[in-house]
Amino acid sequence: MLEFIEVLKSNGFMQNAFVIGLLASLACGVIGTYVVVKRIVFISGGISHTVLGGMGIAYFYGYDPMHGALVSALLAALIIGFVSLRYHQYEDTIIGALWAIGMAVGILFIYKTPGYNVDLMSYLFGNILLVERASVWQLAGLDALIIFLVLLFYKRFLAVCFDEEYSELQGVGVVSTYLLLLCLIALTVVILIQVVGIILVIALLTLPAATARYYARSLGKMMILASILGAVFTSSGLMVSYGPNLPAGATIIVIAGLAYLLATVLKGLALRFHGSSH
Amino acid sequence: MNKKETVVEVSHVDFAYDGPLVLEDITLTVEEGDFLGVVGPNGSGKTTLLKIILGLLHPMRGQVRVFGQAPEKARHLISYVPQHADLDASFPISVMDVVLIGRLRKAPALGRYRKSDRQAAEEAMREAEIETLRNRRFGTLSGGQKQRVLMARALVGKPELLLLDEPTASIDGRVEQGIYELLEKLNERVTIVLVSHDLGFISTYVNHVACVNRRLVCNPTRQITGDVIEACYGGPVHMLKHKCEL
Repeated sequence: MLEFIEVLKSNGFMQNAFVIGLLASLACGVIGTYVVVKRIVFISGGISHTVLGGMGIAYFYGYDPMHGALVSALLAALIIGFVSLRYHQYEDTIIGALWAIGMAVGILFIYKTPGYNVDLMSYLFGNILLVERASVWQLAGLDALIIFLVLLFYKRFLAVCFDEEYSELQGVGVVSTYLLLLCLIALTVVILIQVVGIILVIALLTLPAATARYYARSLGKMMILASILGAVFTSSGLMVSYGPNLPAGATIIVIAGLAYLLATVLKGLALRFHGSSH
Repeated sequence: MNKKETVVEVSHVDFAYDGPLVLEDITLTVEEGDFLGVVGPNGSGKTTLLKIILGLLHPMRGQVRVFGQAPEKARHLISYVPQHADLDASFPISVMDVVLIGRLRKAPALGRYRKSDRQAAEEAMREAEIETLRNRRFGTLSGGQKQRVLMARALVGKPELLLLDEPTASIDGRVEQGIYELLEKLNERVTIVLVSHDLGFISTYVNHVACVNRRLVCNPTRQITGDVIEACYGGPVHMLKHKCEL
């Protein structure tokens, strides 16, 4: 722990990693809460995996893969949103296909990019310790945009997540609100990829929120608690992984997963002994 | 009250989801101040009829007018109380926040609810007698309490027409009576259409009954008799005494 704090003081990349972890926690706490209560984990998984296609194409043509990720995440959110609204019956099949095609396209482009292909692994599993200072500012901007939009649309998101039918009767544009929410998930995915990579994004998006759900009575409190949990998971993951030189992303997810399992067991015991939680 | 206004006018409506007709040739009129009970067995199309009046579903044939307009245009005058069992009981939302959803149309499009919105919600909760539950999580309430929360959400929109879908499903008799007494009071200023599969209490509170089983078996203007009810349910029904003023 002390050793880690020393490193944090002197090592610029570790500082970047630490800050990105906190930025990611805020985004995954707030947006992950919607993903969990609206039960759109699979849709979010579709968005996050399709992103590899955009990253691969950007990488091949010499653009910043993060910009490719941003464009493809938003595009995937709109396409998948349209599919889930229009072809609800085949939703899971179509999203599963998009998920796989996106990844396959990404792998083809990365494979054909000249040079040494070390980047594929860091896209898939993240490499938080290699993020530049400039990216930190970009991610902070994305974070601010997400929080701003959530504050603006908070009551509409709440209404649409809880009761779509009644929201429609109240004149809330259910389709546009839903698509906006998916776009915010896309922005969050871009931030989280920096921390844990494409494959593990869905875990960081859902585990803190799912754990917070056991203890929160309102959506707002769930968001705050999930963000705090996310910060604890990412910071402790960085700390634990540093000494034995473990991959940070995977360490963070293992910690988050264990915390979730522990919370689930504790909740189960509490229900057994007290009958009901409230 | 002057000449009674026609609130709902359904004429020759057919509806099917993805197969046989669920509703066939339904013609029905609801006038201002009515308290109409729509009864019929499970799967008879009662809820579908409500959703057509709300404009959530569109008839394949026939016409629907609400306050003389297309249902979508009249939504600011209608409130709806769905079956609470369809809502996610594990959703982290307070009673206050559920009631406020009924105020979305009047509240600012972006940002927070105004003070006047919260006051309107408080008022609706008082009327539904649930003001002490305002900070409770919706999912932890009993069936009867949830029903009253959804009624408060409907009332906060200041409707002139209130549609209710099985408001007393899975609720015990005493609680059921309380809900009907509340509706009776509301009926002094609001037109009510209530759907129920259960003929028990309904007849003592409503002033018209329509039996739906794909077709409209008994029109609210006709005398309701045992024969008509049997025709509706397709078999003898153990009937409670009927005090319908028809």
